[in-house]
Amino acid sequence: MINLNPKLYNVNVEQESLREGFGRGLLKAGEKNKDVVALCADLKESTKVEDFAREFSDRFIEVGVAEQNLVSVASGMSAMGKIPFAASYAIFSPGRNWEHIRTTICYNNANVKIIGSHAGLNVGPDGGSHQMLEDIALTRVLPNMIVVAPCDALETEKATRAIAEHVGPVYLRLARDKSPIVTTEETEFEIGKANILVEPEEAEAVIIACGLMVYRVLMAARKLEREGIKVSVVNNHTIKPLDEETILNVVDKAGAVVTCEEHQIAGGLGSVVAELLAKVNPVPMEFVGVSDRFGQSGSGAELMEHYGLGVDDIVEAVKKVIKRKNGN
Amino acid sequence: MILTDDKKKYLEEKAKEVRRSIIEMLVEAKSGHTAGALGMADIFSALYFGILKHDPKKPEWAERDRLVLSNGHICPVLYATLAEAGYLEKKELMTLRKYGSRLQGHPHREFLPLVETSSGPLGEGLSQAVGMALADRIDNGKNSQKYFYCLMSDGELQEGSTWEAVMLAGKEKPHNLIAIIDRNNIQIDGHTEDVMPLEPLADKWRAFGWHVLEIDGHNFEEIYASIGQAKSVFNRPTVIIAHTTPGKGIIEFEGKYEWHGKAPSREEGEHALKELRTLGGRLKQD
Repeated sequence: MINLNPKLYNVNVEQESLREGFGRGLLKAGEKNKDVVALCADLKESTKVEDFAREFSDRFIEVGVAEQNLVSVASGMSAMGKIPFAASYAIFSPGRNWEHIRTTICYNNANVKIIGSHAGLNVGPDGGSHQMLEDIALTRVLPNMIVVAPCDALETEKATRAIAEHVGPVYLRLARDKSPIVTTEETEFEIGKANILVEPEEAEAVIIACGLMVYRVLMAARKLEREGIKVSVVNNHTIKPLDEETILNVVDKAGAVVTCEEHQIAGGLGSVVAELLAKVNPVPMEFVGVSDRFGQSGSGAELMEHYGLGVDDIVEAVKKVIKRKNGN
Repeated sequence: MILTDDKKKYLEEKAKEVRRSIIEMLVEAKSGHTAGALGMADIFSALYFGILKHDPKKPEWAERDRLVLSNGHICPVLYATLAEAGYLEKKELMTLRKYGSRLQGHPHREFLPLVETSSGPLGEGLSQAVGMALADRIDNGKNSQKYFYCLMSDGELQEGSTWEAVMLAGKEKPHNLIAIIDRNNIQIDGHTEDVMPLEPLADKWRAFGWHVLEIDGHNFEEIYASIGQAKSVFNRPTVIIAHTTPGKGIIEFEGKYEWHGKAPSREEGEHALKELRTLGGRLKQD
């Protein structure tokens, strides 16, 4: 059983942003391997590349507000044996520069890590223009690309170090807001290996989530448990390649699925899971995510409620999918 | 790097062979880009048979100069030159654009690892060449023995991302980065100055901090002299604006933007090959 943070359900659970975990992971990856280099497009502080940039100033390139150049320069550096981490906000990279990523990184199979920070609604007050809700869809369709969306700062640190070791293009999705620590130092992280966080006997449904939604899903699962409804919870941090074996196993036992993501329902984690289940085991399925809309200003918590990503929305989706499974 | 009369004659012969291969492979492929490929045959010949540090027997030699072809659509000239240099069998050129060929319609490293980058979509090569030069600088500093060449079209200077790369190179000043622009004044929809004016082109690059040279891209003395000068500039990257004639070598193709993206028919190809053999009709017979 994977260890969950013992303080998970306390009001004073530790909070830290994913990008802080990334900053630490990048520094450690840089200490371990001198070929790790970092590039940034005028967002060094907020993407948390700054510690690496200070420690390894000769291995850091500031390209200015130019995200197309950011990723293609990174591609060129990888051609000379470097392991570039190209960091920006997800809305700009892979948003602005998608075709540059496709051609110079994925088509070349270049060993570049694209770091998309500030993904999702939790960007909050900046508003819909900056709330990237389409990045998983954009990156998962690219051949050679690995797509990782970790659930907390600890997992992000581990993911950052793991993608430095992986040879090939990777997209790593980060969030701006502080968020609860869900996992522990001991929790294993392996690219492409989903973590089953909760798996009760006789679960009636399984909730598959990624990113900051994992914490909300665990809150929803506890609420459901109090109502006598048992659910399994999977932290599916790697969107691509999908851990088909783990997901098929847990779905086979529960017979109903809810996916949860801070992303458009179209093209994201839910779509990935649906594509698998449709051909192997088409059980009833519900999708919690943003339904074909743009975000707006507000606090992260307000927006999650507004767009149907709240704990109660997850609870309702689970009840609905169980009802469908039972044929009523 | 001295250009003797003998060497010049040798390069002229090589360029002629490259042009012959370009015509033959395009006729066989029945599609592809004729004008730009023919227009760059002299520069490619000067690079691969005189200027570049490379070894066809060791294509992965780490110390080789890097040549990034940004405007991938003129790849027939790259493939033909690589074959002329011994990297490929010449008969393989006839597989251009065909199913299963290593010679994709636009270069793809997965099929042909000999090419430094995959390319096709415009405005991306210079960024990659800048990245290569900056990576090399991390390892070798000013002691680098390599040069990074980026061959670009003039049309792709209309891509905004090109100028992002121009700006970064102006800031970082990799001295061993040499961009060569095929200034042939044509693009798909017509003449560049009609479609989207690029002039004053040299001033623009100068304003971004580059050392700028302008040459006749069919004159081997000027090609050699410009590369020599670029290598002597230690505090800036260099751009060589090479004025070329699209379709160079075949009178019927020269200067016509209609030949940007089409291949000669078999008849047109045979006529073109004859013209190459007779030096544009100046010889009475083959």
